Amino acid sequence: MRSLFSKSVVIAVLSGAATGAHAAGDVASMLIGQYATQAKQENAVFPGFSAQQGKAFFLGRHGNESCTGCHTDNLKASGKHAKTGKVIEPLAPVANPIRLSDPAKVEKWFKRNCNDVLQRACTAQEKGDVMTWLVSIK
Amino acid sequence: MKTLACLFLSLSVLSFPVMADDDDEHHGGSARYGKYNGENRGKTALSGKGNNVWNQECGSCHVAYVPGLLPAESWRKIMGGLDKHFGADASLTPQENREILDYLVVNASNRWRAPTAPLRITESYWFERKHDEVSPAVWKRASIKSPANCNACHAGAANGDFEEHRVHIPR
Repeated sequence: MRSLFSKSVVIAVLSGAATGAHAAGDVASMLIGQYATQAKQENAVFPGFSAQQGKAFFLGRHGNESCTGCHTDNLKASGKHAKTGKVIEPLAPVANPIRLSDPAKVEKWFKRNCNDVLQRACTAQEKGDVMTWLVSIK
Repeated sequence: MKTLACLFLSLSVLSFPVMADDDDEHHGGSARYGKYNGENRGKTALSGKGNNVWNQECGSCHVAYVPGLLPAESWRKIMGGLDKHFGADASLTPQENREILDYLVVNASNRWRAPTAPLRITESYWFERKHDEVSPAVWKRASIKSPANCNACHAGAANGDFEEHRVHIPR
């Protein structure tokens, strides 16, 4: 009886842990889904999201700026703020599991950093592409 | 004559401590506002861990500068212009902004007597005086980058610990 109970507890805890590990991925998927909905509204012929496109967008230069200025071109490594030198934790969820797990935080940083790098808001297409790329990084 | 001499002597002696403190009189400033021409930081050591929202938001791109380093009016100006925060967009929701501003104002310098409110800590008189022995070349070291990077030399900057004997200037 006792060992059955403790086995059930172990199984419950493990499933809980597994659910926890997937939760962040679920949030990212949910956000990508939301961006897809918005992208369809912005573009009748929305082609879907592309990790390749997201990668090019993120790593590329936009005027004088690039996302890599702070995040570097290796998203599994820590970056450094271009001006202050402050360490920025890795952005790829595979290297830093809390990334992309908080929708408000994702939106906040898209708002700020797209303004910084592009001097405008990112489109839903761009956000979805970038997120698709980030979650695909192994 | 003797009385006059006594008076003169006592006045000189009384004012001696003020004159010996070169923080006020040098640099052509007036002692009208007191130490550091009135631009004096307050208590910097954090009580507890500070405020979570402040720490999270204000500490994401640079060390979260503890509120005691500037007067309340400086913080009001900063928080009123976050979309153009020294070249970056640091904007917040109205609720986050309010919570952080309240925290900053309550814990701002209580020793600031001048009617000034600089946007940069590094432009305050106390900062300039406290760092006047640091040569320009030192600020440019790759390990430091700029005077805004407090924690390069003050390991406890995030906690408001700027104790002089804990300063370590990296190469």
